[in-house]
Amino acid sequence: MKLHWRRTLVQQNNIEQGNACSAAQVKAIGFKICIISALKLVSKNSASKNKIMAKNQSNKLFEPALINTALKQSFIKLNPRIMFRNPVMFTVEICTAVMLAVCIWIATGEKTQGSLLYNLIVFGVLFLTLLFANFAEAIAEARGKAQADSLRKTREETPAKWIQTVGEMYVNEVKIVPSSQLKKGDVFLCEAGDMIPMDGEIIWGIATIDESAITGESAPVIRESGGDKSSVTGGTKVLSDKIKVRVTTEPGESFLDKMIALVEGASRQKTPNEIALTILLAGFTLVFIIVCITLKPFGDYANTPITIAAFISLFVCLIPTTIGGLLSAIGIAGMDRALRANVITKSGKAVETAGDLDTLLLDKTGTITIGNRKATNFYPANGIDAAAFTEACTLSSLADETPEGKSIIELANINVNTFKTDGAKFIMFTAETRSSGIDLHGGIKIRKGAYDAIKNIVTKAGNGFPEETAERVRLISSNGGTPLVVSENNRVLGVIELQDIIKPGIQERFARLRKMGVKTVMVTGDNPLTAKFIAEKAGVDDFIAEAKPEDKMNYIKQEQQGGKLVAMMGDGTNDAPALAQADVGVAMNSGTAAAKEAGNMVDLDNDPTKLIEIVEIGKQLLMTRGTLTTFSIANDVAKYFAIVPALFITSIPALQGLNIMHLHSPESAILSAVIFNALIIPMLIPLALKGAAYKPIGASALLRRNLLIFGLGGVIEPFIGIKLLDLLVSVWF
Amino acid sequence: MNTEIFGVVATFIITVLLAIPLGRYIGKVYSGDKTWLDPIINPIDKLFYKAGGINPTKEMTWQQNLVALLVINLVWFLLSMLVLMNMSWLPLNPDSNPSMSADLAFNTTISFVSNTNLQHYSGESGVSYLGQLLLMFFQFVSAGAGMAACAVVFKAMKEKNSDKLGNFYVYFIKSCTRVLLPISAVIAIVLLFNGTPMTFQGKDQFISLQGDTVNVSRGPAAAMVAIKQIGTNGGGYFGVNSAHPLENPNYVTNMMENICIILIPIAMIFALGYIIKRKRFAWMIFGVMTIGFLLLVIPSIYQEMKGSNAIHKMGLVQKLGSMEGKEVRFGPAASAYWGITTTVTSNGSVNAMHDSFTPLTGMFAMLGMMINSFYGGVGVGFLNFYIFIIIAVFISGLMVGRTPEFLGKKIEAKEMKIAAIIALLHPFLILVGTAIASHLYAQNPTAYAAWLNNPGSHGFGEMLYEFTSSSANNGSGFEGLGDNTPFWNIACGLVMVMGRFLPIIGPVAIAGILAKKKYVPESAGTLKTDTSTFAIMIFAVIFIIAALSFFPALALGPLAEYFGMR
Repeated sequence: MKLHWRRTLVQQNNIEQGNACSAAQVKAIGFKICIISALKLVSKNSASKNKIMAKNQSNKLFEPALINTALKQSFIKLNPRIMFRNPVMFTVEICTAVMLAVCIWIATGEKTQGSLLYNLIVFGVLFLTLLFANFAEAIAEARGKAQADSLRKTREETPAKWIQTVGEMYVNEVKIVPSSQLKKGDVFLCEAGDMIPMDGEIIWGIATIDESAITGESAPVIRESGGDKSSVTGGTKVLSDKIKVRVTTEPGESFLDKMIALVEGASRQKTPNEIALTILLAGFTLVFIIVCITLKPFGDYANTPITIAAFISLFVCLIPTTIGGLLSAIGIAGMDRALRANVITKSGKAVETAGDLDTLLLDKTGTITIGNRKATNFYPANGIDAAAFTEACTLSSLADETPEGKSIIELANINVNTFKTDGAKFIMFTAETRSSGIDLHGGIKIRKGAYDAIKNIVTKAGNGFPEETAERVRLISSNGGTPLVVSENNRVLGVIELQDIIKPGIQERFARLRKMGVKTVMVTGDNPLTAKFIAEKAGVDDFIAEAKPEDKMNYIKQEQQGGKLVAMMGDGTNDAPALAQADVGVAMNSGTAAAKEAGNMVDLDNDPTKLIEIVEIGKQLLMTRGTLTTFSIANDVAKYFAIVPALFITSIPALQGLNIMHLHSPESAILSAVIFNALIIPMLIPLALKGAAYKPIGASALLRRNLLIFGLGGVIEPFIGIKLLDLLVSVWF
Repeated sequence: MNTEIFGVVATFIITVLLAIPLGRYIGKVYSGDKTWLDPIINPIDKLFYKAGGINPTKEMTWQQNLVALLVINLVWFLLSMLVLMNMSWLPLNPDSNPSMSADLAFNTTISFVSNTNLQHYSGESGVSYLGQLLLMFFQFVSAGAGMAACAVVFKAMKEKNSDKLGNFYVYFIKSCTRVLLPISAVIAIVLLFNGTPMTFQGKDQFISLQGDTVNVSRGPAAAMVAIKQIGTNGGGYFGVNSAHPLENPNYVTNMMENICIILIPIAMIFALGYIIKRKRFAWMIFGVMTIGFLLLVIPSIYQEMKGSNAIHKMGLVQKLGSMEGKEVRFGPAASAYWGITTTVTSNGSVNAMHDSFTPLTGMFAMLGMMINSFYGGVGVGFLNFYIFIIIAVFISGLMVGRTPEFLGKKIEAKEMKIAAIIALLHPFLILVGTAIASHLYAQNPTAYAAWLNNPGSHGFGEMLYEFTSSSANNGSGFEGLGDNTPFWNIACGLVMVMGRFLPIIGPVAIAGILAKKKYVPESAGTLKTDTSTFAIMIFAVIFIIAALSFFPALALGPLAEYFGMR
């Protein structure tokens, strides 16, 4: 309902302002200005609220529907061929099988291995351990998939207006087909009210599009052919006008499809860091295999028979099952969290790399400052009437399509329809003249441009440049603003001040990044003086002024040669090489296909500050792995003290001294340890899925904090847990 | 009592005070900086380079360095087998001692080449003077080889991006001529003045108070005692090692020898700080090692000074503490201190019977060897510690949300694979070795009755100790074990070879691979490795990997004995 209301509003705005504009004979510009002001109206009202709502969707950890699929999956994943990917849990599976065999053996009359019930319980607990580990992975997959599906759902089976070339002589024919029949390279048509059926690139036309289904951002956006804002996403809606779109991906091969495949495990590859950790865990597992196997001859020597159940319990408790069981869930959850932040990652590695970033390249516009520069003040020269000056400014900007030009008209706030511009000639900006303007019918020539460009014109004509205006120009520059001087018939009228508006709260975000050890670099086309002012004001560490596309590339390469990992965000085709070169290249969803292909992440929100979130997601991913590994290994201390005395106490009663937890009996000690070991996995699933909290307090402080929580906590908790379980189990054993 | 403790504390403080300047000196030697010994030693070194056809300016990759180390060790192995199996007819044999059997020669050769100095023979009757001199030569070169391998790792840690890691031969010769020889010379002379023999004459005779004629073995002992301590070798000239009055005549020599045991192992840490220009990092390592060492040594001294519980239960007063198997001239504190210093380093010389220590002291001695990196052997102690650093860096790097990096190099799968294998090797060798021995004994106790003087948990401890000592290249023994049999000679020989060379190859390989990697400059997000937090992390890794793996075995051995005595 809300959406519908908004659409009507936009259309109404279009009609009103559109009518007014047409009279002004500057259709092209007028139209755009109308849309922009209309968009602002809407976005101010409900954008922020809507965005929050969209993000909160399905934030609950365990939804009943997901749990069902996950439960089913946890049994399917018991298949040894799937288990083999995880060496730690695979050994647990073997142990479970051995315990099953032992139970059968006892059932057929074996007497030396303890009671059948006890053995069955050990078997059952091990089986549960396996299921818990599988469940962790399955629920992470299910959540990721559900999130991706909700994005994908919108674009399934919508009717598409396919433009078919009938023949060379005839005009094209539009045919309605289901979206699934569209192939890469096909062209379709979208008119106001249509749902865009597939991802593609606009090849003709301009339109306002509601992308809220994807981004949660309700403010409509403009997409047009040619240039950097030509991409459209399937599932979004055209609000006005008409576009022709060429399909850019084969069905089933969009970024979203690829990501779903990643999450589902079909094409999930272990990241280098995951591999290294698996090796370490396999190493631990091997050590404990040695510890447990050699215990058999040791026991023989000491005339202590050790039951198979005791061996297996000791082994399963010692090997790092906690992290082993949660490892893949952590990785999937990382990608899932990225997706929740509306970022599609093309590989798990990209998320991990993001946590390591040293340098962020951020475009000034849109990231550090709000939108573009805006005219903030008119300073008429001495003796010039303020109203006349404002009028001259507006006239000079009528044909100026740049955001700055538009902002001048906005600031002037004069009804452009009152101008008589019949027969007027618009002078476009060129690199040589570095000025633009209008030649009115009556011979009045108004020019607007950079200080030295206008000064050149004025002095050439033999007129002086007023001292107070020159002073004003200097003042504006040194305050980070950009002065535009306006002249009429080679006489200076005054200066327009353009200012960048720094986003509120951005300084804190940069300070946070600095604490994380990430250097921020502002990229801007401004002159070095202005760039420096804004850089200092916003709190970035470095800036590239008067940046050309190749400057970004060079800066990235230079940083990388110094061993740093660099991220950048971009949308244009000319950003593509730099996006590919950067270690983490985030392409905006609105960007060109080339940019999206070159980067390794796509941001659906087109939000330039997203990089900051991505860094935190990456760090969380690694931290969750590290903290759970520590926790898992620290748990071993208590488990040793539970099981080792239990193994020998019957034949060497003196070892009761090692039973520092005063566990009731060998059986209850062993059962408590394995039950604790099994239960800890589901208890940690929420942490694995949500990720350990990242606080930018410096690496050493963070290590101290995590060592305390997960290291010391990991040593103490199982002592308490095992003792409590023992109190319970000792009722029966 | 207090005098005893004061003696031990003074010994430790003097050691550290000497180790700091010595570490600086060693750092200078390996960095090629000027030292005051240069004018004397440069010509000697040049002679060696010329004779060996070594180009000292040619730098080698880590693989080339390792090949050099292994080849030179193979040559020594062959030389030693040849001499030990033929010494009965070779010169310098005034006491007409016999040649060694093949399995004993194998064990002895490996033992000395690997810097272990496990001795399944007794020096007085088992080897000729030529044999002793040869073994003494190995005490120099095996220590030098370990230090050279460590120098290669130091160099690799310093390099930002290079595969040229110095020249093994140069490090090796410098270690011998500039570090081991000068210090040994000083120690030997001091020992000489305190009565340690240095002669090529045969046995001497004296008539005891009882009127018996007693033959006293002697020989070139002072020189060997010096290098056995300074090079963490531990192989004594006489059978009972530094408990023998001629090897260790009085309390002062005892202090001096004890200082020598851990002097270079500590100095190597400060050398690292000098070479890579990270003094804080070196102090962090020293801190971890020292805390670990103190945690072992303090309860040991307490246990020995308190006396044995079994004797206490008999109602006997033990004013001096537990004196079984100890020399009266040293007392329980100095003996326990020595017992732990000699086992945390891979020295293995003894001044008391470790077999007779109270159960917990015996266990702490074993733990020292199981961890093998609280100071550790000359050079190799740091190499073992290096593995733990790598693992600690990896885990803590993850804990702060950053791909782990150590000194600006990323630690990835390949390095983790090597580190995991090396960390696993030590428990593997010790536990599997002991398991095989236990299995044999448990299957047929009568056939192997000669192995164990003490059955039960102490006997188990003896077997565990033997393999621990072999794998840690320590060389000391729980001497209740009848160990000169083919099984023990060959099994321990194999364990010593693997326990020596794989833990050298691993760290050198890791350091070499890291040295070649791109250098990542530090940022605020980088985990600092020279902080106390990281020190705790390393300590936890060592405790959980190296100590806890042995918990079940220790429970059956010394812990069962301890609780049984209570």
